[in-house]
Amino acid sequence: MEIHIQDLGFSHGDTPIIRDLSCSFFPNTFYGILGPNGSGKTTLLDLISGFLIPDRGQVLLDRTDISSLTPKKIAQALSLVSQNYYINFPFSVEEVIMMGRHPYIDRFAHPCQTDMDRVSQVMDITGISHLKHRKITELSGGEKQRCIFARALCQDTPVLLLDEAFSNMDINHTLHMLGIIRELINKTKGTVICVLHDLNLAAAWADEILFLKNGTIQAKGKTSDIITQETIEQVFNVKSKVEFNEYVQAKQVYFKTI
Amino acid sequence: MEQNINWESVAPAGGKISDKHPEKSVSAAMPADSYFKAMVALFSFVLLGMILISLSMGYISIPIPEIARILVNKLFGNLEIATPLEETFAAVIFDVRLPRILTCAAVGAALSVSGVLFQGILLNPLADPYTLGVSAGAAFGASIAILLNLGATFVSTPVFAFAGACATLFFVVYLSYSPSSKGIASGLSSNSLILSGIIVAAILSAGISFLKFLANEQVSVIIFWLMGSFASKTWMNFWVIFVFLVMGFLIAICFARDLNLISLGDRAASSLGVDIKKVTLLLLITGSMLAAVCVSVSGIIGFVGLLVPHMVRFVTGPDNRRLLPLSMIVGAFLLLFADTITRAVLPHEIPIGILTALTGGPVFCWIFKRSRLG
Repeated sequence: MEIHIQDLGFSHGDTPIIRDLSCSFFPNTFYGILGPNGSGKTTLLDLISGFLIPDRGQVLLDRTDISSLTPKKIAQALSLVSQNYYINFPFSVEEVIMMGRHPYIDRFAHPCQTDMDRVSQVMDITGISHLKHRKITELSGGEKQRCIFARALCQDTPVLLLDEAFSNMDINHTLHMLGIIRELINKTKGTVICVLHDLNLAAAWADEILFLKNGTIQAKGKTSDIITQETIEQVFNVKSKVEFNEYVQAKQVYFKTI
Repeated sequence: MEQNINWESVAPAGGKISDKHPEKSVSAAMPADSYFKAMVALFSFVLLGMILISLSMGYISIPIPEIARILVNKLFGNLEIATPLEETFAAVIFDVRLPRILTCAAVGAALSVSGVLFQGILLNPLADPYTLGVSAGAAFGASIAILLNLGATFVSTPVFAFAGACATLFFVVYLSYSPSSKGIASGLSSNSLILSGIIVAAILSAGISFLKFLANEQVSVIIFWLMGSFASKTWMNFWVIFVFLVMGFLIAICFARDLNLISLGDRAASSLGVDIKKVTLLLLITGSMLAAVCVSVSGIIGFVGLLVPHMVRFVTGPDNRRLLPLSMIVGAFLLLFADTITRAVLPHEIPIGILTALTGGPVFCWIFKRSRLG
């Protein structure tokens, strides 16, 4: 599924958050979105997922304006892992992941065998099967994030939007989830758009990177081309050293401690 | 990380949106399901038993077999009244006790369903049917009716109460709604709803105090109305609440799964295909209407809508598809139990609203403390 964004604009009151932003996302690609705090990363994902309605411009999913699609159709096309993983009521982990099947289950129907198989498969892949009967409210931050990630996988959408989805995971689990994303793209030719803060993880895993600043695209392109000392200084206002790392087999960024 | 991941035949191929749901439905989590059905059956049985016991108790005590005989005869239309005593029994049952008992059970059920809805929408376990100021609005309406002596004609106090409740609800929603936010979900956040409800309720309760100050000799009528009572309820009262209860429950159960998803947060729920604004507004109106019709018929009965969903959640867990039906049955039973005690056991009938607050409050404290201790 292709996503085309045309002349998108969005403001909160008088404060513009996104200004005249245009770009496209294609299948079979892992996009990383990076940028300083308040640069409009989350708002951009909200606009792509139809959660917010833009002031100007439009978001097209395969040539269809997202505002003309029903919530159910959107939910079958896009899944979202948002920054907020707080859940108010003590649902079990299994119940939470089953909620990812919501767009496929009719209002009065029970989950069918496919849904249940998918839920247990996703729990296996993400390594949370042992938490199955635990209450989501009793889990640690990183465990909750893995559950929410599993719920989004379970939604089986061609596009996966991740908003700092790994912020509370340890490095082992972060790499595990990134591995799952890579595998997912290889197998289903899906599109993954991932907001993250770790430049080195982005440099090692993303195919393409989009740098946002003040609601516009500062730079975008293939990861190996776009990660440079100049771009990083322009976007984040920090001095750094970028070099190819043999062990990672990708460019890595180093910062000086003052 | 070396895992055998099988993506085939599972994820739809890139870009294809599938609407099909191929296989026959299989019931999820069988043991939990049959446990839930057993609980529903058990509590329905307990509720029916409570209705029979309540029918037999009172100033004139009627033996239960006698009640069963009269009910069965009435049901099949061939009521043969043999003795004057039976005639009295039938009159007591059909004209006095049954309307009161059924009204009470329906109010208990409606307040509990309303409580589940409010706790679910406002994502706040402290929410109850009166959070949005519905009770204050109803009380204000009723106070005006009593003050202007419109209460003499038999419908006007409930009608004023209902109008007051509805007006309050719409004002609170209007107050918390922000048309400038453009999101699907924004504009009706739970915090702004709760805050608006508290402000409006505070203004209205000052207004009620003022009306009481003006009321002189009618002040006791206002006070008694506010305390709540099921004394001398009619079949008319029952049918009004029953119709609202059935409609409210059907709407609630229809959107129960959406209500589950709302507890994931508005972004997550929206990304799973829930039309948050529509569902929130619809369920908010449903819950408030249920509360409004209860208040207008029986006065302010606190703690049922707060306590019952909390207690039932221990049995069913947080899934609203199970919480709603069982809360309805348990709520009907508990309020009927309380009303039977005040009507038939205590030497003097005390207002039901006071009894539920005096017993429900401490029970809530105990549940709350227990959950704090882990």
